[in-house]
Order: sequence, then C-alpha cells, then structure tokens
Amino acid sequence: MSGIFSARAWNKVWLYRKTFLVGLGNTLETAAIALVIALALGIIFGLMATSGKKVLKAISRVYVEFFQNTPILLQLCFLYYALAFSGHSPGILVPGFTALGVYTGAYMSEVIRAGIESVPKGQFEAAQSQGFGYISRMVHIILPQSIKVILPPMANTIVNMIKNTSCLYIIGGADLLSLTYSFVTGENTGGAYAPAYLLCGVLFFLICFPLSTLASAWENAIKKRDRKEVV
Amino acid sequence: MIRLENVNKYFGDLHVLKDVNLEVKEGEKLVIIGPSGSGKSTTVRCMNFLEEPTSGNVYINGTKLTGKNKIKVVRETTSMVFQQFNLYPHMTVLKNLMIAPVKLHHKSKKEAEELAYHYLDVVGLRDKAQVYPTTLSGGQQQRIAIARALCAQSKIILFDEPTSALDPETIKEVLDVMIKLAKENITMVVVTHEMGFARQVADRVVFMADGQILEEGTAEHFFVNPENERVKQFLGKIIR
Repeated sequence: MSGIFSARAWNKVWLYRKTFLVGLGNTLETAAIALVIALALGIIFGLMATSGKKVLKAISRVYVEFFQNTPILLQLCFLYYALAFSGHSPGILVPGFTALGVYTGAYMSEVIRAGIESVPKGQFEAAQSQGFGYISRMVHIILPQSIKVILPPMANTIVNMIKNTSCLYIIGGADLLSLTYSFVTGENTGGAYAPAYLLCGVLFFLICFPLSTLASAWENAIKKRDRKEVV
Repeated sequence: MIRLENVNKYFGDLHVLKDVNLEVKEGEKLVIIGPSGSGKSTTVRCMNFLEEPTSGNVYINGTKLTGKNKIKVVRETTSMVFQQFNLYPHMTVLKNLMIAPVKLHHKSKKEAEELAYHYLDVVGLRDKAQVYPTTLSGGQQQRIAIARALCAQSKIILFDEPTSALDPETIKEVLDVMIKLAKENITMVVVTHEMGFARQVADRVVFMADGQILEEGTAEHFFVNPENERVKQFLGKIIR
C-alpha cells in the first residue's frame, strides 16, 4: 500500500468505472422524476398558500411544516417499509423518487409562495380590475414578475435534491452514493475508499455546480434587464 | 348604471361602510369627497368588487355582482385607475395598453395596437410607447394608466384618488386628461380631494364620513351652502 491514493486503488476504480456511471444515471433519473413531482406539488401548494382562502392556506401549511420538520431519511424509510409490510414490493426507484419528490415539494412550495408574495398587491388588483381571471392573472401578470425571486432559491432546492438522492442509500438504493459505498465495501472490489469517494464527489459536483452557476447567471441577466428598464 | 344597495363592509371588527346606498347614472360624473378613513376608497372598490361587501348588493347595469360573475361583469363594464398607478413593470407602455384588449377582449394585435396609439394620443404620450413604465414620472405613469383604462373601452371608469400620490406640479397634467375625458359619454366615479376638479366636471358630489354618505349635491352646493356641520368643517380645511 502506498497511501490511500495508490495507483492500485485508482486502477480498481477505473476498472469498475461503469458502476459509477450507472449510479450517476440512477441518481439523475431519480432526481428528474422527483423534480417533476416536486414542481407539481410546489406549484399546487404554493398557489394554495397565496390563495387567501383559509382552508387552502392551512392545508398547504400543514404539508410544508410536516415535511420540512421531519428528516428525509425517516420519510424514506417510512414509505419504503410501510409499502413493504403492506404486501407491496415497490422496488427502490418508486419509493425513492416519491419520497424525494414529496419532501422537495415542501421546499418548492415555500419558494413559489415567497415569489408570488414578492409582487405588490396593486399588481393583483390592477389585473383583477381589468378582468383577468385567476389563471391568466398568474400567467401574464404575476408569475413573470416573481420569476426572478423564484429562480435562485429554486435552483438551490434542485441542487439540494440531487444531493439528497444519496439518502436512498438507507433503503439500499442504486444511486451514485449507494453504488460507491457498495463498491468500496464489496468483497472483490473493496478497499479503494479515497479515489472512489473522490470520484463520487466530483461527479456530484459536475452536475450541481453548472446548475447553480446557470441559475446565478440567469438571475444576473434578469437583474440587468431590470436596471435597463429603470435607466 | 351602478347601484349600491345597503352595502356594509367590515375589515375584521372595523365597520368601514355603514349601509351605503348610492346610484350612479349612465354618463354621470360623480365625485366622492371626505376625510381619510371615511370609506370613499372602499366604496369605489366595492363597485368593481375589488372588495366584496360584507352585506348588501352591488348592481352594474342591473346585474347583481357575485363572487362568481365579478370577473366577467367587471371585464365588460368597468376600468379602474389607482392611486399608485399599478402599471405592469415587466412590460413596455405599449404592452401595458395592449394586454387586456388582446387577452381579454379578443382584439387582434393590430387592432389593439391602433387602439393603444389612439389613447396614447389622447393622454399625449405617444412617444413613450416603447419605454418601461418605471422610467416615467408619476404624472406620466398615471396618464398611461388612464390610457390603459380607456383601451378596455369600458363605459365606466373608477378613479381611486388618482392624483394623491403625485407631485403638485404633475397633478395638473393628470387632471387635464380627466377633464378631457369628462366631455365623453363615460361614467366616471372619482374619489379625490381636488375640489377645483369637482367644481369643473362633477354632476354630483357625495360627501362621506365614518362610512356613511352625509350629504350630496352639486359641487356648487358644497361651495355655497353645505348643510352638515361635519361637511362645513371639512370643506373649510380644503377649500382655500
């Protein structure tokens, strides 16, 4: 052994490079489906939170508080074992993206609520006084103004969600982190801890960093456009 | 044209409108005056159901407004000009004027654009069509807001303190546009403190205090011999 980053360890990682790519693929697939669920739930509950209707607001509040104040690992285990013990064999993918989607949806809901609430009340009133119904008011007047408030935190939420796919490890997932863990602890493959975890981290970084960068670039572009409107 | 029937409005425990009855006739120019907190704004905001009365009814052209039909009835009959202009900041002036005609009144882009330029001429701001509203002065923004209201070609325009947020020197340019409008056959309901304007255009002036209509009459009546003590007090402060 010549240190934890020995050539032998690197070589082992290279030999099993496919394992990491499969893990990355699974992580991205889970994240993509979870994102659709999270966006749908976030839009629904975010709109409910800003609807001004007490009952809808309360329902949205309960959803957000419940999922933001319990660990994702717990939600994941609960869903997985509840399904398993009720006689279903859900596999790993379905409970994975469902739990992740529902959990992230709670954060999306808050992001969208904050975005809508950032638009002055007068804008809603002007649109209503012109005869815009709820949906067209949102589409033409409110959402175009709230998008710059929504976008940066939404990108952060998505990045967090991609990283959270690693929680699937707890139910024996096939995501990037789970497969890395199996690799370094495997009977035939084990041992190459340092290069394997490093590679795993690099792969996560390669996905998440461009996303955050893109989001801040977009945010800056919108801000610049706004300045132009003022000058 | 507009009728308020025993309208009451509460904000929590606060009784803002107390059994208000008021009728506005077609083409009439009605000015509502009174001290702040008297319910003037709430009264006009009830006319297009931006505020829904706690009890009582609002009729527009004989149709009783409800939570369900308000959007449709309001779209077809009324426009509103706000104290804070409320132009859409993410659109150019031209887009601000075109969006409702295109999206709500089924006009083609071309028709809507012609309409927009026509009313920009009316308010004297044709050259500002391509700029964003935030680049304009308050007075200019309010004139654009009036043009936007006109583009809906509604028979009724509600003005909620249209000059209260303006610099003294820009108030006149907005009032001039409104005086010009008053010559058209548009029903105007104007909440304002501008007694000169009331005197010049109002067919009828209504004085409100504490959520009630205390006195109504012509502008002349209010200048010459108001009856109610409360009205005399108020006018004594604002007419110089």
